[in-house]
Amino acid sequence: MLNIVKSAAQRPNVRGWLSAAAGLAVVATVAASPAAAQETIKVGVLHSLSGTMAISETTLKDTVLFMIDEQNKKGGVLGKKLEAVVVDPASNWPLFAEKARELISKEKVQVVFGCWTSVSRKSVLPVFKELNSILFYPVQYEGEESERNVFYTGAAPNQQAIPAVDYLMSKEGGSVKRWVLAGTDYVYPRTTNRILEAYLKSKGVAEADIMINYTPFGHSDWQTIVSDIKKFGSAGKKTAVVSTINGDANVPFYKELGNQGIKATDIPVVAFSVGEEELAGLDTKPLLGHLAAWNYFQSIKDKGNAEFIKKWQAFTKNPKRTTNDPMEATVIGFNMWVKAVEKAKTTDADKVIAALPGIEAPNLTGGISKMLPNHHITKPVFVGEIRADGQFDVVWKTKGLVPGDAWTDFLPGSKDLDADWVDLKCGNYNKVTKKCGGAS
Amino acid sequence: MRALYDRITALVFALGLLIAVAVPVPSAAGPYEDALAGFTTDDFADTFDAIDAVVASGNPLATPVLEALQDSRLQFSAAEKKVFIKTKDAALLDAATGQPAAGPPPADLENVRLNNRLRGALNGAIGALTLMAPDPARRLSAAQSVFRTRDATVLPAVEKALEAETNARVKKALNEARAAIIVLAEDSSADDKIAAIAVIRERSDQESLALMAGLPANLAPEVRAAATDAVAKIQSNLAIWRTVQNFWYGLSLGSVLLLAAIGLAITFGVMGVINMAHGEMVMLGAYTTYVVQEFIRTRFPELFDYSLAFALPLAFMFAGAVGILIERTVIRYLYGRPLETLLATWGISLVLMQAVRAVFGPTNKEVGNPSWMSGAFDLGGILITYNRMWIIIFTGIVFVALLAMLRYTRLGLEMRAVTQNRQMAAAVGIRTARIDALTFGLGSGIAGIAGVALSQIDNVSPNLGQGYIIDSFMVVVFGGVGNLWGTLVGALTLGIANKFLEPFAGAVLAKIAILVFIILFIQKRPRGMFALKGRAIEA
Repeated sequence: MLNIVKSAAQRPNVRGWLSAAAGLAVVATVAASPAAAQETIKVGVLHSLSGTMAISETTLKDTVLFMIDEQNKKGGVLGKKLEAVVVDPASNWPLFAEKARELISKEKVQVVFGCWTSVSRKSVLPVFKELNSILFYPVQYEGEESERNVFYTGAAPNQQAIPAVDYLMSKEGGSVKRWVLAGTDYVYPRTTNRILEAYLKSKGVAEADIMINYTPFGHSDWQTIVSDIKKFGSAGKKTAVVSTINGDANVPFYKELGNQGIKATDIPVVAFSVGEEELAGLDTKPLLGHLAAWNYFQSIKDKGNAEFIKKWQAFTKNPKRTTNDPMEATVIGFNMWVKAVEKAKTTDADKVIAALPGIEAPNLTGGISKMLPNHHITKPVFVGEIRADGQFDVVWKTKGLVPGDAWTDFLPGSKDLDADWVDLKCGNYNKVTKKCGGAS
Repeated sequence: MRALYDRITALVFALGLLIAVAVPVPSAAGPYEDALAGFTTDDFADTFDAIDAVVASGNPLATPVLEALQDSRLQFSAAEKKVFIKTKDAALLDAATGQPAAGPPPADLENVRLNNRLRGALNGAIGALTLMAPDPARRLSAAQSVFRTRDATVLPAVEKALEAETNARVKKALNEARAAIIVLAEDSSADDKIAAIAVIRERSDQESLALMAGLPANLAPEVRAAATDAVAKIQSNLAIWRTVQNFWYGLSLGSVLLLAAIGLAITFGVMGVINMAHGEMVMLGAYTTYVVQEFIRTRFPELFDYSLAFALPLAFMFAGAVGILIERTVIRYLYGRPLETLLATWGISLVLMQAVRAVFGPTNKEVGNPSWMSGAFDLGGILITYNRMWIIIFTGIVFVALLAMLRYTRLGLEMRAVTQNRQMAAAVGIRTARIDALTFGLGSGIAGIAGVALSQIDNVSPNLGQGYIIDSFMVVVFGGVGNLWGTLVGALTLGIANKFLEPFAGAVLAKIAILVFIILFIQKRPRGMFALKGRAIEA
């Protein structure tokens, strides 16, 4: 696999040499893949392999390579083999835009799978619009966006945050009355917490029963905040913490919770950014019963999931390698793209974009997800409790699949907006003014 | 819940009766066996009812079954409709009889699952069942869980336990549990309530405040007055403790800052090398801990509690060796050129991070806490976590050892000589190049042992060092370049100031405020708090 990636990355050089003389390198490349070089379909992978985000994004790069490998075993797409072009934007937001441009203009990729943070997505948006290409974005995000060139296969707030809060408010979830919204200080937690605050107030929760707390990236000294949460939680009402704390800061946060003896039966913490991968760096015994809300858990018993995990672990040659939610979103996105290309019988961006809404692909939890006209997908929502072995035990799930809502109904301005790329051809159609162009 | 507790009380009496008349275990197919079937459906509501029914059945196996359920040792086979208790030494008991299971274990054996609601109910049920347990620690936790659930139906059991209790701590906890129930009960007299409030007022912690805040509105006026009075007293008591607590947290943050910065105080402070790769030395120390722990875990699991003791010297030597290597190959060509040194060491830090990422992968590595570093204890009104306490003690030891080394050893003497006047030191025969390498190695090695300590509180990932480098420079610059005492005072001042600001301003603003303060301070005193005096520093 590594060889293919390497040769793909070196392609421009190789091609330069090729015109000069039929070099040995070319012979080697051609020998490696039976199909001739011009007959492959190139797939761009835009995930950070170094820097802060490498911890999360490296896995997604491997996932795309794995999916391409699987698809090629089935004979590729439209009779052509797929070929991955991997670039490393190094957790550097402006570099994301540069690398995206390189992938589309120079490497001529037909589709890109990539980005993790919202700021990296925002940074590549103008490039995808200008060069008219397709981006599949596989991570749960704050919503408030729908672009013609982007397909969002991760959860919108109504597919993660709101169902999780609903669960905690239910009798089974502990009838929570008091809420701590704790997050890292950047756009995803701030927007999600704004939505949640509005939602909680609409459910009759008083201002005094909501505590909002932000911490810097990579915060490692949680003593004060955890003791504040403890204090807030001892006001005689059942309290829960909704955590949008970003990846790295979670380990010290959970360690402090464990050490200060806050058990899930006293104050449960439901997290939106903690998955199997993050728990791999933790002793989970003190965390028993704390929650996470996702659209996929590795522990979900399903034939498709079991088969996927087996193949994935064989592919990575690591029998302990975990799977997680953004991986599943990448898998769904990849399969949807393959189906859309086959339906459109071309990889031309305009035709594939037109073909994608309505395409269905099985998710790994036994359902069939569908691409909606707003470029989001339908997904089931699960709430899982942390087990002693670092996996999650699903304690609750939505009855059916939840359609992703790009514009939340709980924020002023956003609630009037609608996204529909099939009939309205607009990502921010204002239902009140009947105009495309966002809130006035 | 209430029904559950009715039955628990019934059970406590039933159990007493059973023991009194020595009735043998009831025969098969009673209510207990029926109740067990509820565990085999893998449905939370059924499990909830099954707990209820098992308690109500009065079977002596109820306690072991519920305890197994709590420790996720209760297993079921859906196909055979049978429930098993897995003992701590992995033997399988038939839950219906308490005897070892006959025949091979069923193929579809699975744990009975719990959620938080079930866990809460289970804690209450077990608490009420174990109020009379022989082990005082179990009685204590039983009393504490009754204090939390404060269900009126457990009162007779609590009072009975109170009479029999001999252990002072357990007796106090039981008294508080009793008070909590009485204060909330509708039928207790005003005098009883006032007495109960006095007991809770004595307890004077966060939980008792929560209890007083949750009192019903329809109290008798004299009870209401006692309650208001108690709340005021508890609050003032808590306010004092909160100050102590902030101070403790500040001390703890300060010690972490000091630990991270003290190596830098040597390389930057003493040698004047702006070492951007300092954080990566910390990271290498943390990864050394990981490797040592993995080795111990696979070869000598019984030594796990001592893993940090093995990791410390190894981390010191490894990070120190890397430091010497960097000094000999890169930095020594760049002395006196701060900008180049900064860029070169920054490049080294990127190389080291990516190298670790390539070897160990980008994800966090699990570094376990030895048992003596997990958990917490109460000291007056504050909670002290063991890991923070040990890190403060450890930092103190490292600091004193380093001071002593600089003061009393030959190497220390030579280091000070080279720092103060390089030419003169060389002239009296000190091999300055060797001292440079050793000093850099010492600074890096200390960063390595800081990594061992930080692996206990932070995540071990390639980015570990990045989070500490800025803070470390801040501490050294603020404290005064070239002075270990300055680093100590600087780290503690910043830590404590940060923790006193945080409750008011929030973590983000507190950090900004500290940065602004340092910028202003440096304007006024460019050399930091404890500046070295004399001509040497000008060189």
